[in-house]
Formats: sequence, C-alpha cells, structure tokens
Amino acid sequence: MAEKTLYDKLWDAHVVRHNDDGTSLLYIDRHLVHEVTSPQAFEGLRLAARKPWRVDANLATADHNVPTTDRARGIADPVSRLQVETLDRNCHDYGITEFGMHDARQGIVHVIGPEQGATLPGMTVVCGDSHTSTHGAFGALAFGIGTSEVEHVLATQCLILKKANNMRVRVEGKIPPGITAKDIVLAIIGRIGTAGGSGHAIEFAGNAIGQLSVEGRMTVCNMAIEAGARAGMIAVDEKTIEYFRGRPYAPKGELWDRAVLTWRGLTSDPDAKFDKEVALNAADIKPQVTWGTSPEMVVPVDGAVPDPDQEADSVKRGSMQQALKYMDLKPGTPMRAISLDKIFIGSCTNSRIEDLRAAAAVVKGKKVAANIKLAMVVPGSGLVKAQAEKEGLDKIFREAGFEWRAPGCSMCLAMNADRLEPGERCASTSNRNFEGRQGAGGRTHLVSPAMAAAAAITGHFVDVREL
Amino acid sequence: MQKFEKLTGLVMPLDRANVDTDAIIPKQYLKSIKRTGFGPSLFDDWRYLDPGEPGMDHSQRRVNPGFVLNQPRYGGAQILLARDNFGCGSSREHAPWALMDYGFRVIIAPSYADIFYNNSFKNGLLPIVLDRAAVDQLFRETEAMPGYRLTLDLAAQTVTTPAGKVFKFEIDAFRKHCLLNGLDDIGLTLQHVDEIRAYEARRRKEAPWLFTS
Ligand code: SF4
Repeated sequence: MAEKTLYDKLWDAHVVRHNDDGTSLLYIDRHLVHEVTSPQAFEGLRLAARKPWRVDANLATADHNVPTTDRARGIADPVSRLQVETLDRNCHDYGITEFGMHDARQGIVHVIGPEQGATLPGMTVVCGDSHTSTHGAFGALAFGIGTSEVEHVLATQCLILKKANNMRVRVEGKIPPGITAKDIVLAIIGRIGTAGGSGHAIEFAGNAIGQLSVEGRMTVCNMAIEAGARAGMIAVDEKTIEYFRGRPYAPKGELWDRAVLTWRGLTSDPDAKFDKEVALNAADIKPQVTWGTSPEMVVPVDGAVPDPDQEADSVKRGSMQQALKYMDLKPGTPMRAISLDKIFIGSCTNSRIEDLRAAAAVVKGKKVAANIKLAMVVPGSGLVKAQAEKEGLDKIFREAGFEWRAPGCSMCLAMNADRLEPGERCASTSNRNFEGRQGAGGRTHLVSPAMAAAAAITGHFVDVREL
Repeated sequence: MQKFEKLTGLVMPLDRANVDTDAIIPKQYLKSIKRTGFGPSLFDDWRYLDPGEPGMDHSQRRVNPGFVLNQPRYGGAQILLARDNFGCGSSREHAPWALMDYGFRVIIAPSYADIFYNNSFKNGLLPIVLDRAAVDQLFRETEAMPGYRLTLDLAAQTVTTPAGKVFKFEIDAFRKHCLLNGLDDIGLTLQHVDEIRAYEARRRKEAPWLFTS
C-alpha cells in the first residue's frame, strides 16, 4: 500500500463519497461557531426550513465583539450587541451548546476548543474563521470556512471539497534559548511568503517542532493561513496525548485507551510523498519582528527595514513602497530604533497560559516605559485568565503598568472598543499586520509575547535575549 | 445562487498584490447580521478619506479621488482586474458579498487566497485565473483605453478583449456546472443523505469517542 501523509490519512478517514468531478463529500466531526460568521448561515437554515444535522457536533462562543472591560455592563455598541444576541438566540433555538459572554469558559474560539477537549486528534474541525488551522496542532484536519459553508455544515455535517496538495515544512535542530513558536512561524512565512502554501495543506515537522509544547504548536498552525495554506497540521506524539488527558470533552476510561491507540497512528508514513518541501534550521532563527503590512514582511530584531530599491520584482517593490508609506518607516532604519505607542498581548496566536507566563517572566519587577500609552494583556479564555490569576501573573502585569482584561479577540481585529488610533504603532502578539487591522490608520508589528513584553519595558523593539 | 453564463463589462484595474479581506471590507461592517448592503463600504479605507462606521450615510462621506474606484471612467465596472494572492486574510464571506453588492461579477487575477476563491463561487462571483503575462497585458490595455470592456464566456471558458484576442481559463468542472445552473450546494449534498448516515454508523463503531459529547 502506498505510504500516506498525515493529511492523506485524515482526509481518507472522512470521505463520505467521491464525486465524479474529483471533489469529495467530507464528514465534519466538530463545528465551532462564533457570532460574526454565523448569523447569515442560521438565517439560511431557517429560510430553507432545515435543522442542524447533528446538534452535538457544534460548540459556540462569542469572542470577536465582546468587551474586555466592565463586562457586567453588557455591550455598549448596539450593532455588536445585536450580533452577540443573535448568536445566543440561534444557539438557544437549535439547542447548540454556547459558552456565552458571561460563562467562565468563554473565550476565543480557537483557545476554548482545545482547552475543553472539544477538538481532538484525528477530527475534522471547521469554523467560519480562517484561524481554525490552529486545531491542526494535534493531528486534526482543521480549516476555516465561509458563511455558506457554515450553513452547509449545519445542514449536512459535511462539506464538498477538493483535496489540497501535500506540503511539508521541516524545522530541524535545537531551538536556541529565547526563541519561541511565534519566531519560528514568522521565520517560515518570511521564507515561503504569504502565498507559499496556497493550494496546499502544510504539515509542520522536524525535531524542532517536536521540541515545542502543544501550545507552541498551536501558535505555529494558527499562522498556516498567513502562509497561504488553509490547513496546517502536526503529527501526534506523547505530548499531544498528555495534553488531552482529563479535558472535559475528551474520552474517558476504556474509550480513552481506544482513542489513544488510534491517535498514535496520526503521523505521516516514513516514505510518504509531499508535493512541496521546505526546510529551515532552528539554529538560524532569531526573534522576529514584522516591519510592513503583510506577515511576510518580517526581519530578525537585529535587522533593519529593507529597501524597496533592492527588490527586483516590480509588483513586490510596489507593495513594499506602499507598506513603508503606511507604516511611516524609512529603509535602513534598525528595528531596534522603532518606538511604540501600544502593546497588545493576546489573540488566538498567543493568549494561552504559556504565552502569559513567558511575557510575565520578562516584565516581572519592571515598569512599562513612559512613552507607551497603553499596554494590555487579554487572556484567550476565562479559564486561562483564572489560571493566570492563580499563578499571580495578573499582579505582575498590573504592577508593571499593564492592563489586565477579560477574554476575547480584542485588539487583534478591533471589532470591540479596543483599537489603535490613526498613526499609533503597536507591538502585537496577534497574527495579522494588514492596513487598518487593529484600527483604521494603526500600525502593527507582529512579535512573540516575550518580545512584546520586552518592547513594553524599553518602549522600543529590543532583543529579549539581551534584556 | 445567482447564475453566471456570459458577461460583457467594464474593467476596473486594482494594481496591488495581496489585497486582503480587511481591505475589501473592514471589520466594523462585519457586525451586520445581513448578507446585503456592503457595497458602499467596499474598499472602505482606500475609498474614503474619513473613517467609516456601520449605519452611516456613505454618500455624505469624503471620497478619496486618488482611489481607482472613485474615478468616473470606472463607474459601473463589473470586472475587477487584480494582482497576486487577491483575497488573502480572513474567511469573511462579507468580502465577496461586498464585491457583488457593489456590482462586480468577475475578478481576474494571477492567483487568489483559497478561502476567498471558494467563497466567491458560493455567491455567483466568478474568480478567473490568468497567467501573469496575460494579466499584465490586460492592465496595460485597461489603463490605456477608457471604456475598456472584456467579454466573459463561462461555458467556453474564455476572456475576449475588444481587439478580439481570446484568453482561455481553467475552472473546476463542478464549480462551472453549479455557476452555470445557479445550483445550491446544500441541496446537492442532501441527495446523499443515505451515504452520510451510513458513514456515521460506521464511524460510531470505529471511533465512538467522536460522538460522545
Ligand atoms: S483572535 Fe484575532 S485572529 Fe483569532 S479568531 Fe479572534 S479575531 Fe480572528
């Protein structure tokens, strides 16, 4: 029998039928739902007088619009409020479990799924959200879908899909001290570009990926979409299995043992063929900082803003010039010389407990620099927040001058009240530095939590390893 | 879904690569719970000089005369000519909704982000892939000739220029079929209810933990 990749195995296990035209009907095990991309899907369902196919396969939460302060007072913006209330009503009407705004388990959909064990190895996981790729970190096939597909999954528990190509990104060698999963994935995107994974499902492999915690692997898979791939994934190992032990939705007792046996097979066969391969050496990776308006516009912290005149490709050169203008940066400026206005530690990329611990370790006993107008920490879920408070991390942040907020997407995309003002510059642990992403006219630099914390203390970018 | 067969329409060139979904329709408009009404906010940050919020009267806003969409010669354009990796970023279907609501029916670019590409088909918006050389040529011709129109024929899979030059494009047979006939995916899938049930029954035995919550 032909050797299979992890992606081949996950795909094959979920094919309900092959269609004549080369597409397949793929079964979906877990559907995560949030308030922004679901209202029109529920409306479609209702108009067609259809019902959810399998209510228990769905799990919903409100994350994009929720306030991160004074939550007890509700949502001030009536448009945001209506969207969250619409989700509450849809979940109530159809009997779908929802962690609503006031539930202790509420949080960013990609944080709470794994935290609850609601997304598990071997599953197909979808959500009307491109960062669903996060859940591939433990050997699941997970990808974002549009609202029409949300409706399709609700109505049929399936999707009509064409299989993507196989791509493997191997990161080998010992990860240097101070280098995090975020630096690794930014370095990967810097290498292959934001369209490098288009049309492919990326498997991240190599012993450096193996050295990462499961949470770090989620950070890597989270940004597969920024590399152009709809799905990113990592093979199951013992760390993956331990991560799920005892989680609320994870199997128990004899079912757990059976599941684990299956999960151990969720790796690519040794001689499986990939359509595209890329390899990086972990030893070469330094702390990364983006300088432009696309995640591929990234350099090591000891580098400088690049010069478009050195770029041969005219389309690329144009993008670079536009980015420099938007970011108000000059070619040749050392990254360390860029000073900041705001610091955001949060988002589905970096808001798990490990991220908060890493940031807290940097700020402990120090103070946020005088030029920083706002430094905020937004935990990924209510449970992450509670855990951090148990460990006293909230105190460390507060004493340093950070604001400690309630969980949600927050300033990752600024749909709630948290945002950059025009011209403000932010060190952010999120995943997108697009124009206006964190607020119209705002300027985003993507970094790891430790690097964001270090920038908060010094007021400008600095190599966290030298602090 | 709206059918698509043939179209002859005015072309608007958007000469930048990696146009992301935040640029196509900024996040504040995603708070809407409807599928329509996004047209006036298409490319909002580039198109207007003042910040936009949902519910505003967009006709009262200050337009950016430098942005291509505001140039009178491109008024009523139905075909958007774009560069590589168009539609990258989020999964928001609001991006094709906004393009359609504005009046675009076709995009021509060398490449697209996967989710955007897929979402477009579900809404009757046709994303055509032509190679870079062809796209370069179309950019030159569009900019040189006011009133430049292209003719799209989905059945024949061709783009024809005013001078009669024909470019062939590739399209997946299933997507072509659905678009030509305006078919609804859910209806098609529900023809296979028995197979879905049979699959579920088998999986319940093989992997019962997937069905316990
Ligand atoms: S944290 Fe940001 S990227 Fe993640 S789901 Fe929320 S808005 Fe999307």
